[in-house]
Amino acid sequence: MLKIKELSKEFIMHIQGGVRITSFSGVSLEVGGGSLLAVTGPSGIGKSSLLKCVYGTYRPTSGSVLYESGSGGTIDLAAADDWELLALRRAEIGYVSQFFHVLPRVSATEILTEPLIARGVPADEAGETARALLRRVGLDRALWEMYPATFSGGEKQRLNILRAVVTRPRLLLLDEPTASLDRGYKGRVIDLLLEIKSSGAAMLGVFHDRDALSALADSRYDMEAGRLLPAGGGATR
Amino acid sequence: MNNITGNPAFALELNELTVRYGPGCPSCGESPESLDRNRCPVCGSVWAVRGVSLRAREGETLGIVGESGSGKSTLMRALHLDEAPTSGAYFLDGGEENLFGVSPRRRRYIRDSLLGMVYQNPYLGLRMFFSSGANVAEKLIAAGSRNVRGMTERAEYLFRYMEIPFSRVKEPPRNFSGGMQQRVQIAKAVANNPPVLLLDEVTTGLDLSVQARVLDLIKRVQREFGVTMIVVSHDLAVVRLLADRTAVMRDGVIIEQGLTDRILEDPRHVYTQTLVNSML
Ligand SMILES: Nc1ncnc2c1ncn2[C@@H]1O[C@H](COP(=O)(O)OP(=O)(O)OP(=O)(O)O)[C@@H](O)[C@H]1O
Ligand SMILES: [Mg+2]
Ligand SMILES: [Zn+2]
Repeated sequence: MLKIKELSKEFIMHIQGGVRITSFSGVSLEVGGGSLLAVTGPSGIGKSSLLKCVYGTYRPTSGSVLYESGSGGTIDLAAADDWELLALRRAEIGYVSQFFHVLPRVSATEILTEPLIARGVPADEAGETARALLRRVGLDRALWEMYPATFSGGEKQRLNILRAVVTRPRLLLLDEPTASLDRGYKGRVIDLLLEIKSSGAAMLGVFHDRDALSALADSRYDMEAGRLLPAGGGATR
Repeated sequence: MNNITGNPAFALELNELTVRYGPGCPSCGESPESLDRNRCPVCGSVWAVRGVSLRAREGETLGIVGESGSGKSTLMRALHLDEAPTSGAYFLDGGEENLFGVSPRRRRYIRDSLLGMVYQNPYLGLRMFFSSGANVAEKLIAAGSRNVRGMTERAEYLFRYMEIPFSRVKEPPRNFSGGMQQRVQIAKAVANNPPVLLLDEVTTGLDLSVQARVLDLIKRVQREFGVTMIVVSHDLAVVRLLADRTAVMRDGVIIEQGLTDRILEDPRHVYTQTLVNSML
């Protein structure tokens, strides 16, 4: 479903005398529907940048990101225009960022219902879906109508994951989704992600811990080695 | 570039807008690189906006950021048909008619029915000595409303929506706080459900808590009215909150535009990098 070919990203920092920073280069990999490819490698090797190049937050310097869209046709995300990317994000590509940017003054429930309502789901149905998900990851009921600005790291992270999966994306990009979760909550999140995977989604993920990696990954691409390695082992340090 | 008709895919399309104050001369007309920022050293003309092209899809919010004097307000006045530009073409809803070339009567109709504008300075958008209700009614009448009951109901609805106590509808905006004045301006701007809403620095100069309330209101309008919005701000945080796409303006020119998250996280132009780096 996703085929990345010879992808590279370089930044030119004009305000620091024009230094060029190579974030990563020459990445080629493939992710099929219903499977998860884990991206591993030491800190700073470019794992998050790779995900951002797929999502469109970064414009790749060279290479291609071919995505077979659900609406038919293959589109190169590295060359797609803004409107194509916006439409895909709305309809079929989800992204769990490493750091949760809270929207000010939007409650946990609303964060989940808004994207559904925007897609035409009736408000009460959207509310039910949201509450079911909040329950599923064990977010304390007292927090459902609160603004996440004051949530703990783990609470924010669970909400961040729900926000990306609430619309049931076909392609899910995960940047350390379980990093600040303790065992119990991690298990719930892993279960949820397994379910989404088995429903046919393609997933590309960076994982901090071995539990998540071994439970979720079908294959593993190591950015330091620049190739596929056995799926077991190799969690990000 | 298609200058004869708009592209049907876009709710708003602006092609090569230029606004020059002053006569222009061969020097600045032929070699824009001779300008000192936006000013011609030979004839003294100011090129407030130069060759700006923008597009927005229906329901999308386009942010415009740039420092003071970069031409943002001039651009917005042109989009609201407040003043005739030097050159350019402007289409709404993929239409065939260049809005910069229409008759004064037609221009008035477009401004009253298809566009809503909220100015940074409420004195530009409101009649400060008329009642707030009359300010909204004026806009409704301009678009052809004659039914007093219907207008009162609409005004009541809008005031409630903007969280202005209806009991204050008879008071002139001059009695109101800055944040409330902006909410009256927004009520007036959306009174006729225009497909396009133009917001110029609506929260600049307001206290943070008041700013937050106005921004929340704009987000609600964005969600519930399905309107296409152009939001001008010198504050990247405002644009990050509201805009799907963002254009960066400097010295009358757009130097970079793209997805808002990309402008913030992968800025390419030296000026955009400086701007992003100076964010709190
Ligand atoms: N009527 C006019 N005559 C001459 N110059 C003008 C006129 N209106 C604007 N300008 C000039 O055009 C340029 C752009 O002004 P504009 O008000 O559009 O900037 P802005 O980006 O909105 O700035 P701010 O952030 O301070 O509101 C400035 O150099 C300004 O001095
Ligand atoms: Mg201005
Ligand atoms: Zn000149």
